Amino acid sequence: MDEIQKKLTAPSKASREDVTGRIISYTCIAAIIILVISILYFITSRGIATFTTNHVSLWQFLSGKEWNPGTLNAKGQPQVGALPMIVTSFSVTILAALVATPFAIAVALFMTDIAPKNGAKFLQPVIELLVGIPSVVYGFIGLTVVVPFIRHLFGGTGSGILAGTIVLFVMVLPTITSLSVDALRAVPTYFRSASLALGATRFQTIYKVLLRAAMPRLLTAVIFGMARAFGEALAVQMVIGNAVLMPRNLVTPTSTLTSQLTTNIGNTIMGTLPNNALWSLALILLLMSLVFNLLIRCIGKRGEIKS
Amino acid sequence: MTPNQTDRIATQVINVLVLIVVLILMFLLGDIILNGFPHISWHFLTSPSSPFSAGGGIRDQLFNSLYLLILTLIISFPLALGSAIYLAEYAGNNWRTGLIRTAIEVLSSLPSVVVGLFGYLLFVIQFHLGFSILSGAIALTFFNLPLLVRSIEGSLHAVPDTQREAGMALGLSSWRTIRSIILPAALPGILTGIILSAGRVFGEAAALIYTAGQSAPILNYADWNPTDGSSFLNPMRPAETLAVHIWKVNTEGVTPDAISISAGASAVLIIVILLFNFGARAIGAHMYKKMTGGK
Amino acid sequence: MQTYDLSDTHIVTPPEEIALSTHQLQVYYGNNRQASMTDASLSFPRFQITALIGASGSGKSTYLRSLNRLNDRIARVQGEIMYRNTNINSPKINVYEVRKHIGMVFQKPNPFAKSISENITFALKAAGITDRRERHQRVETSLKEAALWDEVKDDLNKSALALSGGQQQRLCIARAIAMKPDILLLDEPASALDPISTTKLEVTLKALTQKYTIIIVTHNMQQASRISAYTAFFHLGHVTEYDQTEKIFQTPKIQATHDYVTGNFG
Ligand SMILES: Nc1ncnc2c1ncn2[C@@H]1O[C@H](COP(=O)(O)OP(=O)(O)OP(=O)(O)O)[C@@H](O)[C@H]1O
Ligand SMILES: [Mg+2]
Repeated sequence: MDEIQKKLTAPSKASREDVTGRIISYTCIAAIIILVISILYFITSRGIATFTTNHVSLWQFLSGKEWNPGTLNAKGQPQVGALPMIVTSFSVTILAALVATPFAIAVALFMTDIAPKNGAKFLQPVIELLVGIPSVVYGFIGLTVVVPFIRHLFGGTGSGILAGTIVLFVMVLPTITSLSVDALRAVPTYFRSASLALGATRFQTIYKVLLRAAMPRLLTAVIFGMARAFGEALAVQMVIGNAVLMPRNLVTPTSTLTSQLTTNIGNTIMGTLPNNALWSLALILLLMSLVFNLLIRCIGKRGEIKS
Repeated sequence: MTPNQTDRIATQVINVLVLIVVLILMFLLGDIILNGFPHISWHFLTSPSSPFSAGGGIRDQLFNSLYLLILTLIISFPLALGSAIYLAEYAGNNWRTGLIRTAIEVLSSLPSVVVGLFGYLLFVIQFHLGFSILSGAIALTFFNLPLLVRSIEGSLHAVPDTQREAGMALGLSSWRTIRSIILPAALPGILTGIILSAGRVFGEAAALIYTAGQSAPILNYADWNPTDGSSFLNPMRPAETLAVHIWKVNTEGVTPDAISISAGASAVLIIVILLFNFGARAIGAHMYKKMTGGK
Repeated sequence: MQTYDLSDTHIVTPPEEIALSTHQLQVYYGNNRQASMTDASLSFPRFQITALIGASGSGKSTYLRSLNRLNDRIARVQGEIMYRNTNINSPKINVYEVRKHIGMVFQKPNPFAKSISENITFALKAAGITDRRERHQRVETSLKEAALWDEVKDDLNKSALALSGGQQQRLCIARAIAMKPDILLLDEPASALDPISTTKLEVTLKALTQKYTIIIVTHNMQQASRISAYTAFFHLGHVTEYDQTEKIFQTPKIQATHDYVTGNFG
């Protein structure tokens, strides 16, 4: 009797096991949190050195068109204008998303509503495979197929925003498609049947009911694709031309934030302005990925309230 | 136009768009396969690369990719598992959990260059690890963690709560229940997740060029002592992987047969990733069948 | 639905030896301000079956799961649960130990994805029973007590998931009694079973009262009257009436109970 009472109040092997388990899993999660914080901290502290240590003005950095961090301009200021890269990064991202979205939604509709059986059976695994193709392979095909093709059509080198857009279009297409399929599948079937029962044609149903109901998640899909495009480095670097020039048209060599980073970070010396300026580009990338993240969250929240 | 005409036209438009996408896909796969396969030979797979002359192979790069993958999984799997267990089993529904999830999402949305640069800054430079497999594996871990955590957490959630209750009601600690009941039940899903993430890790290059480096020193495959400089197992040596190799021969422009090497290497890369994909599916299905006694 | 006066209650304290009792048990789910169980005070006699009946949502499971602290993570439970002169609802209590003494079987059979014998030996090993023979002995006795032995004695290494629903449920009972608990809680254990399996289960439970105190939730009133000595009627998170089973079914003191057992409820 008393012994059982004692057992009921004393810690046992099981309670010790649970402490172990908590310690282990809390440690792992803490490690990830520390990791995220240190990434944010290190990139930020490096990235702002351009402005704090080298006293470049933020405005000059964001709006300047001359990128030549090693040399001074006529006024004796360092030439660290990141505008060309910012413009190019946004151009390829937005163009790729613009082109990819109609294709992605068409394929998604095809898989969920037009030919749900055969279409999905064939397209699903292909899309999964495409999501998994490494970006260097996309870059390589861009370099050997897309760039020569553009050169053939428009002359010049063939590198530039157009080539970057095409490569990114193919890269984000499977991402946007598979997320769009999820979005459309999440719309309950009775939405469709109700609309069809009211005599609406399939297109009316798709346009007025389906796309509207799935809109928040479709938007999220597109933003995911844009985030991927904006942060993509090597594939773009291989076809963009890597000349830090303000893009005048779609077929002259230029440079994105990522391509500039990958090309040059190894050629600069830690702590010097040319190096700090590159970390500032990385900081822009980091901030943009936070912005995309925030957008996805906001839209996701809205979508929840509506349904 | 009547609604029916619109309907027909719209359907046609969708069909055409789908057709274009299918053509692009077929072109892509066809390009990789038709251009790549002829270059894959025993010689190609088993001889070292030669940067300045034609006829080099990808032996060391292929090995580096595999070695790096294994090291990455060894580091990232336990961490991801512990974190996923925290999220699926211990985390309450409160602001702290929300914050943790946000942090993981932020990590997963970071471009891999940024992750690679962070690894470069912290491990290659600050901790003096230099360009090394270890630095590369750590950078790939950062890149791999969020996905792995998410997929493991999903597999854990897929195990019905009744199993947890069964364990609890027998006086088992939650840890014991998780370890011996929930984890085995979630194993097929977890394995599938690991293999799929392995495919991603295998093809990643941007996070590696400034961590694992871009050079493939001559390796001695007979030297099994990981502390020797030339041993193939030495984790402190720089290691160019297959994906990095493709990028490098194309951007440096000094290798005469860069195109055919890249084509062959791309095909090898795709084949390995395909194998991972099929393997993941097959193993998942097989284990599921075995565990449920064929029911 | 007709409204009854919830303060109108009739609750007896059985004269037999009491194995477990609760005093003013209140349960609040999540952050609810509203109690899902209000002031439940019941005493359960040793080596008897007590049935908990009541409409869906009346709080039977809520109450039952509180008894072995299974609600710890999802609810706040206030009040006292007395077991062997100890309030096992205090935070100081080692809940794992409590659950070894108060076993539970759920509505849906939930065997582990392991072999039949491992289903039983697994918790035994964790509880520190290192002797193999002892474990195998317990497998055999508990399967016999749960009236499953004859059906599975040749397939002890087969996956438990390959058993039928009724067999799985009896395996879950065997798994619970292999731990040699004192009290067995069952939440609608027969609801997924066919009539034959149900009868077998009832016979099993009857036989188990030799060694165990049983508290069972059931929607089947014949079942309650067939097997239980005492019955508690739950209504809207309150215990409305608690008495000997015959009295509950034949001469209930409270209108709500009367209406419920005669089928004129709601
Ligand atoms: N996990 C939970 N979280 C919040 N509320 C719950 C939870 N479980 C049960 N409830 C609520 O508590 C009340 C009692 O539920 P309970 O499951 O105890 O009823 P019950 O008598 O067992 O019903 P049934 O006969 O259907 O099993 C219900 O109003 C229910 O909505
Ligand atoms: Mg219930």
